[in-house]
Amino acid sequence: MQEQFLNALNFTPAMPEIVLAVGAMTLLMIGAFNKEKANTTITGLAVALLIVAGIFVFQNGSETVTTFDNSFIIDPFSTFMKILTLIGSVAAIAMSLAFVRREGFDCFEYPILIVLATLGMMMMISANDMIALYLGLELQSLSLYVIASINRDSTRATEAGIKYFVLGALSSGFLLYGMSLVYGFTGHTNFTEIANAMQGGHQSIGLIVGLVFILTGLAFKISAVPFHMWTPDVYQGATTPVTAFFAAAPKVAAIALFIRVTYDAFEPAVKDWQQVVVFISIASMLLGSFAAIGQHNIKRLMAYSSIGHMGYALVGLAAGNQVGVEGVLLYMTIYIAMTLGAFACILAMRHQDGMAEDIEMLSGASKNHPLMALILALIMFSLAGIPPLAGFFGKWYVFIAAIEANLYALAIIGVLSSVVGAYYYLRIVKIMYFDEPRESFEPMPTELKVIMGLSGLFVLGFIGFAGPIGQVAKAAARTFFIG
Amino acid sequence: MDLASLFFYLFSFIAVGAAFMVIAARNPVHSVLFLILTFFNAAGLFVLLGAEFLAMILIVVYVGAVAVLFLFVVMMLDVDFVELKQGFLQYVPLGGLVALILAGELVIVLGGFIFDPHFASGVGAAPIPDIAEVSNTKALGLLLYTRYIYFFQAAGLILLVAMIGAIVLTLQHKEGVKRQNISAQVARTRETAIDVVDVETGKGI
Repeated sequence: MQEQFLNALNFTPAMPEIVLAVGAMTLLMIGAFNKEKANTTITGLAVALLIVAGIFVFQNGSETVTTFDNSFIIDPFSTFMKILTLIGSVAAIAMSLAFVRREGFDCFEYPILIVLATLGMMMMISANDMIALYLGLELQSLSLYVIASINRDSTRATEAGIKYFVLGALSSGFLLYGMSLVYGFTGHTNFTEIANAMQGGHQSIGLIVGLVFILTGLAFKISAVPFHMWTPDVYQGATTPVTAFFAAAPKVAAIALFIRVTYDAFEPAVKDWQQVVVFISIASMLLGSFAAIGQHNIKRLMAYSSIGHMGYALVGLAAGNQVGVEGVLLYMTIYIAMTLGAFACILAMRHQDGMAEDIEMLSGASKNHPLMALILALIMFSLAGIPPLAGFFGKWYVFIAAIEANLYALAIIGVLSSVVGAYYYLRIVKIMYFDEPRESFEPMPTELKVIMGLSGLFVLGFIGFAGPIGQVAKAAARTFFIG
Repeated sequence: MDLASLFFYLFSFIAVGAAFMVIAARNPVHSVLFLILTFFNAAGLFVLLGAEFLAMILIVVYVGAVAVLFLFVVMMLDVDFVELKQGFLQYVPLGGLVALILAGELVIVLGGFIFDPHFASGVGAAPIPDIAEVSNTKALGLLLYTRYIYFFQAAGLILLVAMIGAIVLTLQHKEGVKRQNISAQVARTRETAIDVVDVETGKGI
């Protein structure tokens, strides 16, 4: 029996993951034997590795294939999400280049840990089994805990790491407890089998309790209210390039996992998880809008902003239809582009004596740095959801889906909270354009300029290529609605 | 009562009693020793179940490594456990209430527990494959390296990350630490190592 199994083992679908795993270990060797000399090489190689993995993801094509005893799945949805994740990780490594050089926190493990975290995210996206889900999630989280406090001489970074670790461990506990209940009541860990076992209408209460615990654990990872407490502190405490990484790629992977679990494993219990998702979505949107108003630290502000945006993305999920999933995919694409651009601008806020994090420091930036101010203003308008920028379309897709699903209250609260949220985004624009100029920032490095430019172009020109991206997202979303 | 149930009760009672002593003992070193006793009895229970591999792993890993690590931590860290435990009892009423509510909820939830008929019919009751044919260790290995190869490798990666993390966050590269350089030592010759000095009487070097 074992021989048969080994012969049937198909490694091709997991090629991107295998490439990343082997590559990360090779880089670790290079780093360990060359000490500090190889830092730049390793950073370059890590970016190359992620790009190669991206090529393999593309090569896997658009079929749905499962392997490793049905615990690993690739389909158009996973391809879409993996590409997004890889873009987020590559940009995060690129953005850290200048920062690492300036601050002198030389540590070759940093890009390697990002690669390993990305590997964990890709395993999460491809998980088709509770155990695979948990292992992927843990690989990602464990890397992120270390990355959060990688600048270990800073008290804030250490505090961020510890806070993240303790709350993350708690959420893993929730998740495992939920999984064990689901396993106990269905007898399976495989998503397809769980869905099969749940067919036939009646779901026992234990299964629902397990489902709620699993959703709780996942909500922690996307920092949805009421499980968001760690986000502002971790975002503020961690070093800025690390925050940029946290705000982008892990969110995509966790949302992908959310969609996979709800639609693949718990599709028969759609009415049960829908209530939960509606609640955390409304709570996140409201908290994201109101709590950000009083913030002066731009990283904290971005943390609340990301909580709010997760709320909007969940609106699409709550809708429970194909348009909704498509909306979530587009929302995450747009969110990634905006977040990376915004953080490129934040990283460019550097004075002689260090990073500026207070939003007042941006005052009059339009005089000193007209281009950066323009792009940041565009991104802020887009985050606020003002047409014809990308952010508007993201919200448009998810709200349309919610209306189609007759969730009028959800859509109305969403629109209203995005109006409230517009206040603090627009305040940044006001500070940049109408306040007295302050001392100018240092000239910004090329890689930040590139990321900022690309993000600005995406946000401004989204209307132009909304068609093709929409097509791809539609194909990816259809995965869950065949048959 | 047959011998197996006799041993079951013996192991269980000692395990529960020792577990209680872990939190009740005043001296933290005694706590760790009671913990080891608990592990041993749990291992005994595993043997009774026919899971001899798990029993041995429990002893090797938990007693051999984890408990000894605890012992080191307890002895190296200067934590005043007596002070920590003061006021421990004042939380009993509230803690007990929470525990009661939780237990009640669990009973309600697990009351609905129905075994899948497929498992209840005996497939789950007997270990697959039969112990008489394949030994425990072999059966685990055959599964772990074939069907669960993906999980096994992923778990390995997680441990790698844990190791990297521990090193990144704690290792200090100190300046001026003298390390043994074996090749330099071996490469020394008589000429480089010895300096013959002609010292005049009464002068010193």
